[in-house]
Amino acid sequence: MFLETVWFMLWGLLWAIYFILDGFDLGMGTLMPFLAKNEKEKRTIYNAAAPFWDGNEVWLITAGGVTFAAFPKAYAVMFSALYAPLLMLLFALIFRAVSFEFRNKIESDAWRKLWDTFLFLGSFVPALLLGVAFANLFQGIPIDGDGVYHGNLIKLLNPYGLLGGVMFVLMFCLHGALWLAIKSSGELHERAMQMAARIWPYFMASAVAFLAATAVYTNLYHNYLAIPPLMGVIILAVVALFTTRLFISSGSTILAWASSAVTILSCTLFGVIGMYPALIPSNMDDLYHVTIYNAASSPLTLKIMLGVALTFVPVVIFYQAWVYKVFSFKITDKDLASDEAY
Amino acid sequence: MDVVLLSRLQFAVTVFFHFIFVPLTLGLSIMLAVMETMYVRTGDEMYKRMVKFWGKLFIINFTLGVVTGITLEFQFGTNWSRYSEYVGDIFGSLLAIEATAAFFLESTFLAVWWFGWEKVSKKMHCFAIWMVAFASNLSALWIIIANGFMQNPVGYVIRNGRAELDDFFAVITNPYSMGQYPHTVIASWMLAGFFVMGVSAWHLLRKNEEAFFKKSFKYGAAFALVFAVTVAISGHHQGNLVAKLQPAKLAAMESHWETMKGAPMNLLVMPDEANEKNAVEALGIPNVLSILAFNDPNAEVKGLKDFPKEDRPPVLITFLSFRVMVGLGTLFPLLAGLAWLWREKIQEKPWLLKSLIYTIPLPYLAIMFGWAVAEVGRQPWIVYGMMRTNDAVSPVPASSVLTSIIAFVVVYSLLGVLDIYLLRKYAQKGPKKA
Repeated sequence: MFLETVWFMLWGLLWAIYFILDGFDLGMGTLMPFLAKNEKEKRTIYNAAAPFWDGNEVWLITAGGVTFAAFPKAYAVMFSALYAPLLMLLFALIFRAVSFEFRNKIESDAWRKLWDTFLFLGSFVPALLLGVAFANLFQGIPIDGDGVYHGNLIKLLNPYGLLGGVMFVLMFCLHGALWLAIKSSGELHERAMQMAARIWPYFMASAVAFLAATAVYTNLYHNYLAIPPLMGVIILAVVALFTTRLFISSGSTILAWASSAVTILSCTLFGVIGMYPALIPSNMDDLYHVTIYNAASSPLTLKIMLGVALTFVPVVIFYQAWVYKVFSFKITDKDLASDEAY
Repeated sequence: MDVVLLSRLQFAVTVFFHFIFVPLTLGLSIMLAVMETMYVRTGDEMYKRMVKFWGKLFIINFTLGVVTGITLEFQFGTNWSRYSEYVGDIFGSLLAIEATAAFFLESTFLAVWWFGWEKVSKKMHCFAIWMVAFASNLSALWIIIANGFMQNPVGYVIRNGRAELDDFFAVITNPYSMGQYPHTVIASWMLAGFFVMGVSAWHLLRKNEEAFFKKSFKYGAAFALVFAVTVAISGHHQGNLVAKLQPAKLAAMESHWETMKGAPMNLLVMPDEANEKNAVEALGIPNVLSILAFNDPNAEVKGLKDFPKEDRPPVLITFLSFRVMVGLGTLFPLLAGLAWLWREKIQEKPWLLKSLIYTIPLPYLAIMFGWAVAEVGRQPWIVYGMMRTNDAVSPVPASSVLTSIIAFVVVYSLLGVLDIYLLRKYAQKGPKKA
């Protein structure tokens, strides 16, 4: 009981860290066509993500791996049920990665344009799909007692799922615009800040709509009504959302980005806490829910993995934080001229 | 078509594609680390240029290795969900450990190394590539331990309708994995040696940057020679393990039908699976198979006929793959030995330089066929003796899997062609002028 709950919290936390970290580079890639006016600005955007995106994506692999290790049944059901959207996510991520790698390797405008398109799609599609997938998990998906899925791709694109997708895209775009503001200077920096300010009201509107729709489409509020102090997470999300706007106005880019990170953290935790103890609720019958109890690994595995996680995750956070510090400088012409720049 | 076959096909396509990129990463990262250490110790700019040139080829190769690896993790859930549910307690945790302990280290320090030339100290920079080399080889260890569980399940009990972890230490010291790991990584290090030699040979023939490529050539030759010899030794050890732990696989590798003592090895064989015999069987060398399998000329080697038909692996694929691997494996020490012997006057041997260019794909092929032996030879089991491949597949419609295979083949072919084109382009371009 205890171990399962600890792993559930870690599971939620890993997804939150992934959304915070990969969120900004997915957001930046989505915004690139709207923000960059020339080749130099495009390259600034590529290089603002370059040292980070790969390390960020490993959090997704870890979140997936931890689902597999701690809750194998949830992993099996989730991945086979969401077969089509997951493979779309995968192809999008593949195209994003290779657009980083291939874009600067051949001197041709058409070539670069091709990979710019793939960077956009490879950023926008994952943001949208992750939102759609999580919203669908919140409201439950049609799985039977054997974990067999009875839906299809179109059914996932229901109003609540789509609303979740739109909210994720806006959340990541805001986060990405703020990251670009940190890494750039001059005109591009100004434009990134203006973009963040412009996205903010739309994101807020989508968040309010999502919270309201959650009451209609899901049982997520049950846990909050049962234990009211949990409402703190929702309040934190709202506060962080407003401080983000405040810091955008005062031009404190790093604080604005940090507030946006807290917004993402609390939004993710909001959903995860609401689901507890279900990992994949079934909307066919309450008996078919995949929960942390019927999906968990053996106590021995949970204990060993907890030891592994408590040892390595802090170490990873330590050296990744160091890397963020090393590469947190504003990108200059000299950086763009280096052999290794994209 | 049925879901099992399609899912197997898809896994084969994606794992082989992944394995075009991974071996070079494992070996070249170590070579780069050695070169950069030499740079830090001597301050010789030549070494820095070597690190930058080979590093560029490394990076082009690396990205595809990473993204195609995610595909594999996904597939256990998307296509093999019954398997994931049944053995996830053990198998899933090994993959998760790989991600947290190794993959983070590799990706993070790769960024420090690639983008950090002006941002961190020389020593820190060199440390970063050692971390990349260490982490990528550590990552391979965890993957092979996970694969070892599929080959020779240990340390588990069947409880609550699934395999649960009973002895973690037994899982991570699985004898199968401990044999497979050195064989796999050493093969990869050897591959990197041949890659560096082949590219250097191309430039030496054209008299480009002779000092630069002669030095690179020597590094490649040393790597190729040492590891071409050790890969054969580790392969023999692996053969012993297979004989002991997976006798049906061994019998299929040799297309050996009748159980016998003092079994010979036939140089010329053509399996005839339908009639449970060999259509051609000639040039037998007495007792050799018994020696290879058990280090004992009179040992009994079990034949395929002693296994029920439904427990036999596909003989032809296993057999041919094994022969190709071993055939190539005997060629490598010879080529690497000649290259090392003549390293000082290698420009006077254009025929050898030319052959070494054409040798570049061969270690790749040997590795691919080696994996085919390991994985096809494990059939019909997904977990040897415990779970059949037929029972492991996800309850998804065949049409979904068919669509995804087509997508994988199209996308991977395009990316593969582009990647090889770029590798070739940048390999031929040569290092930046000093």
